Amino acid sequence: MGMIEAILLTVITAATPLVLASIGELVTERTGVLNLGVEGMMVMGAAIAFAATQVTGSPYIGILAGIAGGALFSLLFGFLTLTLVANQVATGLALTILGLGVSGQIGEPYVGMSGAKLEPIAIPLLADIPFIGPLLFRQDIIFYLSIAIVIGVNWFLFKSRAGLKVRAIGDNHASAHALGIHVIRTRYLAVMFGGACAGLAGAQLSLVYTPQWVENMSAGRGWIALALVVFASWRPWRVLLGGYLFGAVSISQLHAQAFGLGIPSQFLSALPYAATVIVLILISHNRRMTLINTPASLGKPFVPDR
Amino acid sequence: MKKIILALATSAAVLGFAVAASAQDKTKICFIYVGSKTDGGYSEGHDRGRQELEKAMGDKIETAFLENVPEGPDAERAVERMARSGCALVFTTSFGFMDATIKVAQKFPDVKFEHATGFKSAENVGTYNARFYEGRYIQGVIAAKMSKKGVAGYIASFPIPEVVMGINAFMLGAQSVNPDFKVKIVWANTWADPGKEADAAKALADQGVDILTQHTDSTAPMQVAAERGIHAFGQASDMISAGPNTQLTAIVDTWGAYYIKRTQAVLDGTWKSEQIWDGLKDGILTMAPYTNMPDDVKKAAEDVEAKIRSGELHPFTGPVKKQDGSDWLAAGKVSDDGTLLGMNFYVAGVDDKLPQ
Repeated sequence: MGMIEAILLTVITAATPLVLASIGELVTERTGVLNLGVEGMMVMGAAIAFAATQVTGSPYIGILAGIAGGALFSLLFGFLTLTLVANQVATGLALTILGLGVSGQIGEPYVGMSGAKLEPIAIPLLADIPFIGPLLFRQDIIFYLSIAIVIGVNWFLFKSRAGLKVRAIGDNHASAHALGIHVIRTRYLAVMFGGACAGLAGAQLSLVYTPQWVENMSAGRGWIALALVVFASWRPWRVLLGGYLFGAVSISQLHAQAFGLGIPSQFLSALPYAATVIVLILISHNRRMTLINTPASLGKPFVPDR
Repeated sequence: MKKIILALATSAAVLGFAVAASAQDKTKICFIYVGSKTDGGYSEGHDRGRQELEKAMGDKIETAFLENVPEGPDAERAVERMARSGCALVFTTSFGFMDATIKVAQKFPDVKFEHATGFKSAENVGTYNARFYEGRYIQGVIAAKMSKKGVAGYIASFPIPEVVMGINAFMLGAQSVNPDFKVKIVWANTWADPGKEADAAKALADQGVDILTQHTDSTAPMQVAAERGIHAFGQASDMISAGPNTQLTAIVDTWGAYYIKRTQAVLDGTWKSEQIWDGLKDGILTMAPYTNMPDDVKKAAEDVEAKIRSGELHPFTGPVKKQDGSDWLAAGKVSDDGTLLGMNFYVAGVDDKLPQ
């Protein structure tokens, strides 16, 4: 296995949770709801997925539990902000803090255990292509899911009727409501989709990335995912690009250090953030396109006027 | 009105009595951790010490702890909360709690504080630390004997003296076996981020190191080493369960004996601010069993450990040159503690540039 291939394999593992959490949040935000609780939902997913895997012995049940856990946890956010019309920013922050605490409780019995690593699934024929095969077609199920979800979300938002409604709600919930679109119901579903994706991202952390449970193991990845959505200007493909770019620069800087290039490590550590921001700003330089893609009702509460 | 005043006075008296009674009954010993008490590494090591203390002292004391306290403005609040809650002795267990500890100690002259791994003290603030570099030196000896390629990977956290000292001790140990031994250093700039630690371990393994050592807290690098079929050293706790066929040994923090000693001093009224820096011989750190290595390497490691314990060998003994080639320690000369505690340079043979 060549060095490039080795680096790319590590990049894929590092980027997958970012892409997953971002694409979920993207859908949530497209309906005009800002959920800052991604970090909390992600770490809940990680704890629940690891616990379920240890109890049942099956990482696949663990994945399902992680998804369900993230979605259920996000319902709390949904109830507070959509039904009770609480402030979205404050509720999202609270969700993160709550998630970090509760996940610590859930995970406590499993601290220090080494989990079984989720086995890769080789796709027949494609897996045998030199270079690309081992990278893209000999991966674990969560990687395949992450790509499928990005493709699916892109199709849903821009090619389907339901996606058009989602975008309409995000742009102007009052008008959408006047047109008879179920604003609150759609937002609930979108929030839960975001929670499920964050939960899946968490499952990737505790089952693939590092098969173990450690408190706070998401270590800020939820916040990076949130930033990626904004810098990707709410476009699915750019989330994929941003996630992989961030992962690539993160891993490259570790390699640069190991090579002993003599560049200050603090600078290298900051590089993934800087590089991702710069690239995404460059591709979003068209202000009109950015404005069109920004959900205009993002973060604004909606109370239907009977 | 009279009645109310009377009731207030009575309840105040009762309250006052209750506080006094509980203070007489049990002395409260408090701990503040930077990580979770089950982080599998550094903070868990301190919590093991706290549990030993409880067991040893029984009914005479009670303990309390705060975990996941970030180093920064929050730390001061946490220390103050402990001081207010009636703690007689507060152990603040991370380097970054230093200024917060000093500041709060000024406000609470009757409470005693002990700060781990720092260098600032006061009348009611003592410092304590373990000579982890002794363990790192032994790891260096083992690494040089076990590595087929003559190069180890080192996952470092932050460029503070404690970590730099560890890297230097590791290299001096390795050079005592193989003068040409190399080390590749990756600064993770975090104490605990399993994902990032794993990425660093993978990067190092991809670049061909066959021994990993870490100065970060999670077992993720051990898992990566196990997956790649190379060897690794555990950090702060025995990490053998994460790599039964991988771990060579681990530096295990064993603070318990120290916590018992200092608590006893408080109970006896003999506590005074001291700067303690104990080593292997005092039992404040121990080496996990030497595993997954041939008998001769194990023997060599045990010999070095015995020599350090007896004081025959000090890891920082000259001749040692600095990285830039200038002389640091003349032949036979042992470094003073001050230089070690403020260490901001590499010894010769380290290929990395020290982040400033």
